[in-house]
Amino acid sequence: MAQPDVHLPQRRAGVGFLKTARGDTWYIQPLLVLLGLGAFIVYSTWAAFVGVDYHCGVNGANYLSPFYSPLLFDAPGVEPSGHAWFGAWPSWWPAFIPASPALLILWAPGGFRFTCYYYRGAYYKSFWGAPPGCAVGGPHTKRYRGERRLPLILQNAHRYFLYLAIGFLFILAYDAFSAMWFVGEGGAKSFGIGIGTLVLVVNPILLGGYTLGCHSLRHLVGGKKDCISDNGAQKKAYDCVSCLNRGHMRWAWASLFWVGFTDLYVRLCASGVINDVRIF
Amino acid sequence: MGESRDVTFRVWRGDASGGALKDYTTGITTGMVVLDAVHQIQAESAPDLACRWNCKAGKCGSCSAEINGKPRLMCMTRMDEIDTSVPVTILPMQTFPLIRDLVTDVSWNYEVKKRIKKFRPRKPDNADGSWNMAQADVERVQEFRKCIECFLCQDVCHVLREHERHPEFSGPRHFIYTAQLEMHPLDTEDRLGQLKDEQNIGYCNITKCCTKVCPEHITITDNAIIPLKERVVDEFYDPMTRLFRIFKPGKK
Ligand code: SF4
Ligand code: SF4
Ligand code: FES
Ligand code: FES
Repeated sequence: MAQPDVHLPQRRAGVGFLKTARGDTWYIQPLLVLLGLGAFIVYSTWAAFVGVDYHCGVNGANYLSPFYSPLLFDAPGVEPSGHAWFGAWPSWWPAFIPASPALLILWAPGGFRFTCYYYRGAYYKSFWGAPPGCAVGGPHTKRYRGERRLPLILQNAHRYFLYLAIGFLFILAYDAFSAMWFVGEGGAKSFGIGIGTLVLVVNPILLGGYTLGCHSLRHLVGGKKDCISDNGAQKKAYDCVSCLNRGHMRWAWASLFWVGFTDLYVRLCASGVINDVRIF
Repeated sequence: MGESRDVTFRVWRGDASGGALKDYTTGITTGMVVLDAVHQIQAESAPDLACRWNCKAGKCGSCSAEINGKPRLMCMTRMDEIDTSVPVTILPMQTFPLIRDLVTDVSWNYEVKKRIKKFRPRKPDNADGSWNMAQADVERVQEFRKCIECFLCQDVCHVLREHERHPEFSGPRHFIYTAQLEMHPLDTEDRLGQLKDEQNIGYCNITKCCTKVCPEHITITDNAIIPLKERVVDEFYDPMTRLFRIFKPGKK
């Protein structure tokens, strides 16, 4: 049963790319998103491809960059980090693809963010101009298909990336725990805290706030049912996720910034540009 | 009462066949809203200026317009929150057929609403024909019942405004309405197929303009549209939930 059509002769004159009657600075927010996301994409792509300085073992520290975790293999020519799940770099790796362990895993958290409902809305606006701002004309009038058909219908796979992202949370929490153990004289490990440890501890906390406030998780833990009051635990879980979900945008940005900063910190320590300070 | 200062309003005058913005200057005093100014212009200089209103309290949803390009209720937009050093533009909503001046024909929305499957409660729980519900379960849909049908969300939504998908896309107001029925603890109807194929919820790209303009502050995108999209994924796209359904016959 199709809905009725409407005829809008008054619109014809006013439609067009960036046309709006708004006089305020509506473009600031999409511009900030463009710059923020753009900067992260450039930095993380570079950091993923370089394949070195992802682990800092200076002064007995044990810091692993989150872009490289889980570390399946150590990169060729790099000192073994002790984190590699399957040891040395595989000999079958084709020579024309850069030998960087980040490339093996980064598609999962990358896909999670790419398909996240918050980021979707944000980059459709900032990168795609659909629409550039609220009540501002976009460039796509005739061809618009939304998330109804390929390719964007694939965004509906978000929940599968969520399952992976929850696994990553545990791995990154383990990395934070590992960063509390410093190798001393003769290889003995002792508990300690460095600035890097703190950086690595904050990372899974912010990522947790982001991941556990996911809309798909909210659906999964209770949103899909109309009645959950008869199940106390489920009701609690739904309320918790809903609470984090209300700040999903803020968690998204905080965790995005921090995961990039953590990589940068580990990288700068590992390459000797800065010295990590041991607190105790 | 403070002093009166002169403010210029640039108001759309005309109908579907054409028109133009026309300037009117009127005196503004403390506490006035845009609708007061429009009424004053009617009284002073343009008695034939068409505008629709009823309650002047933000509850009837009649006075929707675009003030300085933003979809808003004229009766809830205070003059002291807008910059009056430049002329204030007032346009009719852009997404519905124009009748005259600031008045549009919003009846398309009523036609769309009629097509949404009606509320179908389960059999009464008690002998006297009443039902039992927990407050915690109805809470979620109570937010949606605040809707005053001002259709500002429909006006701003680019799928209707830009792409004019009126025959296919029912718009945020009707996703709110569908969510209100679909998530109701007593309801037994299944509207997911309709959401996907007739209301075409897939056109919504969750850019949240509807949420931003809603005068009732309903969290349209996060609390209604996205949860409905997730239910549609369960029903039609997720291979795992589809597989589970084979083993759980008869369960919704
Ligand atoms: S979030 Fe969806 S329904 Fe709301 S304005 Fe954007 S596209 Fe339209
Ligand atoms: S959801 Fe909000 S903006 Fe949309 S019609 Fe209802 S009250 Fe108006
Ligand atoms: S919706 Fe943002 S992470 Fe799932
Ligand atoms: S006149 Fe009723 S909402 Fe403005």
